[in-house]
Amino acid sequence: MADNVTLTIDGQKVTVPAGITVLEAARQMGIDIPTFCHDPELSRPGACRICVVEIKGWRNLPPSCVTTVTEGMEVETESEAVVEARRTILDLLLANHPQDCMTCQKFGDCRLADYAYRYGLKKTTFVGEQTNVPVDESSAVITRDVNKCILCGKCVRVCAEIVGRNVVDFVSRGFTTKVSPALELGLGEKEAGCVSCGSCVAVCPVGALTEKNMQGIARPWEVKKVKTTCPYCGCGCNFDLNVKDGKVVGVTSNPTSVVNGRHLCVKGRFGYDFIHSSDRLTRPLIKKGGKDGDFVEVSWDEAIRHVASRLKEIKEKNGSEAIGVLSSARCTNEENYLMNKLARVALGTNNIDHCARL
Amino acid sequence: MTNSIGEIKECDFLFVIGSNTTETHPIISLEMRKAVSRGAKLVVVDPRKTELAKLADVHVPLKPGANIPLLNTMCNVIIAEGLYDKEFVANRTEGFEELKSAVENFTPENYAGVIGVPAETIREIARAYAKADNAAIFYTMGITQHTSGTHNVLAVANLAMLTGQIGKPSSGVNPLRGQNNVQGACDMAALPNVFPGYQGVTVPENVQKFTEFWGIPQSAKVGLTVGEMMDAAHHGDLKAMYILGENPMLSDPDINHVQQALENLEFLVVQDIFLTETAMLADVVLPGASFAEKDGTFSNTERRVQRVRKAIEPLAGKADWEVISEVLTAMGYPHKYASASEIFDEVAKVTPQYAGMSYARLEEKGLQWPCPNADHPGTKYLHEGKFSRGLGKFTGVDFEPPAELPDEEYPFVLNTGRRLYHYHTGTMTRRAKGLNAIYSEEFIEINPADAAKLSICDGELVKVSSRRGSITVKAQVTDMVQQGMVFTSFHFSEAPVNFLTNSARDSIAKIPELKVAAVKVEKVS
Ligand code: SF4
Ligand code: SF4
Repeated sequence: MADNVTLTIDGQKVTVPAGITVLEAARQMGIDIPTFCHDPELSRPGACRICVVEIKGWRNLPPSCVTTVTEGMEVETESEAVVEARRTILDLLLANHPQDCMTCQKFGDCRLADYAYRYGLKKTTFVGEQTNVPVDESSAVITRDVNKCILCGKCVRVCAEIVGRNVVDFVSRGFTTKVSPALELGLGEKEAGCVSCGSCVAVCPVGALTEKNMQGIARPWEVKKVKTTCPYCGCGCNFDLNVKDGKVVGVTSNPTSVVNGRHLCVKGRFGYDFIHSSDRLTRPLIKKGGKDGDFVEVSWDEAIRHVASRLKEIKEKNGSEAIGVLSSARCTNEENYLMNKLARVALGTNNIDHCARL
Repeated sequence: MTNSIGEIKECDFLFVIGSNTTETHPIISLEMRKAVSRGAKLVVVDPRKTELAKLADVHVPLKPGANIPLLNTMCNVIIAEGLYDKEFVANRTEGFEELKSAVENFTPENYAGVIGVPAETIREIARAYAKADNAAIFYTMGITQHTSGTHNVLAVANLAMLTGQIGKPSSGVNPLRGQNNVQGACDMAALPNVFPGYQGVTVPENVQKFTEFWGIPQSAKVGLTVGEMMDAAHHGDLKAMYILGENPMLSDPDINHVQQALENLEFLVVQDIFLTETAMLADVVLPGASFAEKDGTFSNTERRVQRVRKAIEPLAGKADWEVISEVLTAMGYPHKYASASEIFDEVAKVTPQYAGMSYARLEEKGLQWPCPNADHPGTKYLHEGKFSRGLGKFTGVDFEPPAELPDEEYPFVLNTGRRLYHYHTGTMTRRAKGLNAIYSEEFIEINPADAAKLSICDGELVKVSSRRGSITVKAQVTDMVQQGMVFTSFHFSEAPVNFLTNSARDSIAKIPELKVAAVKVEKVS
């Protein structure tokens, strides 16, 4: 078929749709080629070169993320030359990367560390000047440590191509290029125009962009991730609640989310700490001593019995129509359904509404 | 929404009216951006110069309440120039003649002044909308929160049906639902006029059906809406209320009236996660569980029913569904569910749109209703081939100005809405450290020309008053708002704008006119 091509990757013959890249073909076969700058949702600069492969008859090692498959192509993804090239790239990256992995928020979930481990790079062989700039803590929700940036540019592209804000870009200054908001503003400064959506955090492969409120709270392997639906707007984004010791300690993207993929807005990603707010109600309250009386904590049993008997009383005395129920657009379907039964079954009235109109 | 969020990027023409999508539905706005970068035309109708308006090919800075003039003049142009979809109108609709005569006088020239853009702009938008392969309309409260809300919605439907821009992929009418589960609360009949699945309470067969389902005689009398409940409580006709997870003391129009109403009740139960302004007035407060503490489902704006999963134990020991079942049981109507999933199975039995759903089927991607049976894949877009009522009905609607217009004493129009960083009455977002750090205080937006007239500087405190009350809030001088208009949100209890808003309601859907109230603005010295 003209629409397919057959090639060999690591000695295995495979037939794939024409037009896809060597990287995509390898991934379809379950072969894991490392990548830093590549992201299926974003444009492809082919810049970091960590995904290079060896192709029979080619003089250079091409980056697999921008190389299209052709008929009869013979690809090696882990040949000696490939491994050597990757080691050199990693060596150069480590040369300008802080080695404070132990306290890094990304520890355990860092691509640079993963690949250094995979290719056995204990430390860099280059010695020279390292980027040393203050960590940008100006944003209320994102910690930006430029020293850890490997210049993959994914944050630049996600902000421009998906979020449409162009907050950060490559800026060149002296011996280093770095990624920064215009005029080297802090990310949190109003003029930078950042809407704190955290999509850049979601795509950053290293510890350069991390969630501020998760710093020092939990290691990636300590958290249980529970996929759920956002409690805020009607878009219905999904994400993972990160749970440690029975507490919600963070929100991270879950790429399998059908509506939003890895993207969220500031509310969904950073708006969860009301859950453990110190003024959450934890005990039922009954106002004793009339309308101007004080709330007294009571047991669930007492509260529920009181509610039921007062409602029954009023229903008997004044009729069903004297009672109204307001349900909630924030509660679940199941709860709304039960509120509808509370009104229609227990109280015997259609006086039920919620704030759909507001 | 008749379409799905995933279809937006394939639209050729986006007509966004009365929706500040970037702030209220951020993820949907990303899909709109994708469409625009693919070359789609974007028209934004909004009295404010929102971010989306800046991205638009055409921004119509609509004068307050002028939705119907705009929609009707577009229909007028489309009919006059023969651009309507004759086949669609003939085969799928009725009442075309009624529409034709209703919009006859709505020539762009007659209404350009009321709308606020030149006649030619209206013509161009109308033509482009009619001619687009896949045009979709998006709207939110800018359409509905008016005394003419129901008519506005009908006018939107007229436009879509006239041009056949509905019932196709990437083409339809898309109200964006504001809160996470407004869609679901409506589906589940937290409404006075329907049983679950929009089965009207006045239809005898439905009353019969639910009487059998639930084993308790059902009433065929339409119940009271929120606003009517407040009025009834005020008059002393309503004696008790049970309020779950809502804060009408901040969200509803004319707060003074709400407070008097709630104080007048003999018995008020509030179930919430915080001691809200409303809970303070209660006789009994039952602690609620947050979304992280319970299993369940939410239905999003594209009718997708998705799982909510319990991540931690309820802080107060019980999920809300457990509390409600216990109240039901204590009242003498035993309800015992072992899990939220069991409740959902009951929902599926009585709600036709949910009939084919179960937690097992929702596990991965959820399902979009209608999903009538266990093999049905769910429905991406509505009204393919047929409307739910059969033929789509055109309804001619006339222009009615808002209930309260500016005058000498109250010269400004107050418009209200939402901000990106906060949600509803702020009970959750105001307690989120990051969000509150970014947006910690509310402002009222005022145009530079108006500010200059009143010698108000950016950041200065102003007193804003209407016939119903007054608040003090900082001014933000910005050309986001047009002259003669001020804008703020209802998220902040320090600036409770609903002390000012008008509770005048649409006579059909009973939606209060939160988008237009007359106010005066004074410098606080
Ligand atoms: S948080 Fe969002 S807006 Fe801000 S820089 Fe990152 S991607 Fe851009
Ligand atoms: S993350 Fe933001 S856009 Fe998504 S559902 Fe939540 S509030 Fe809406």
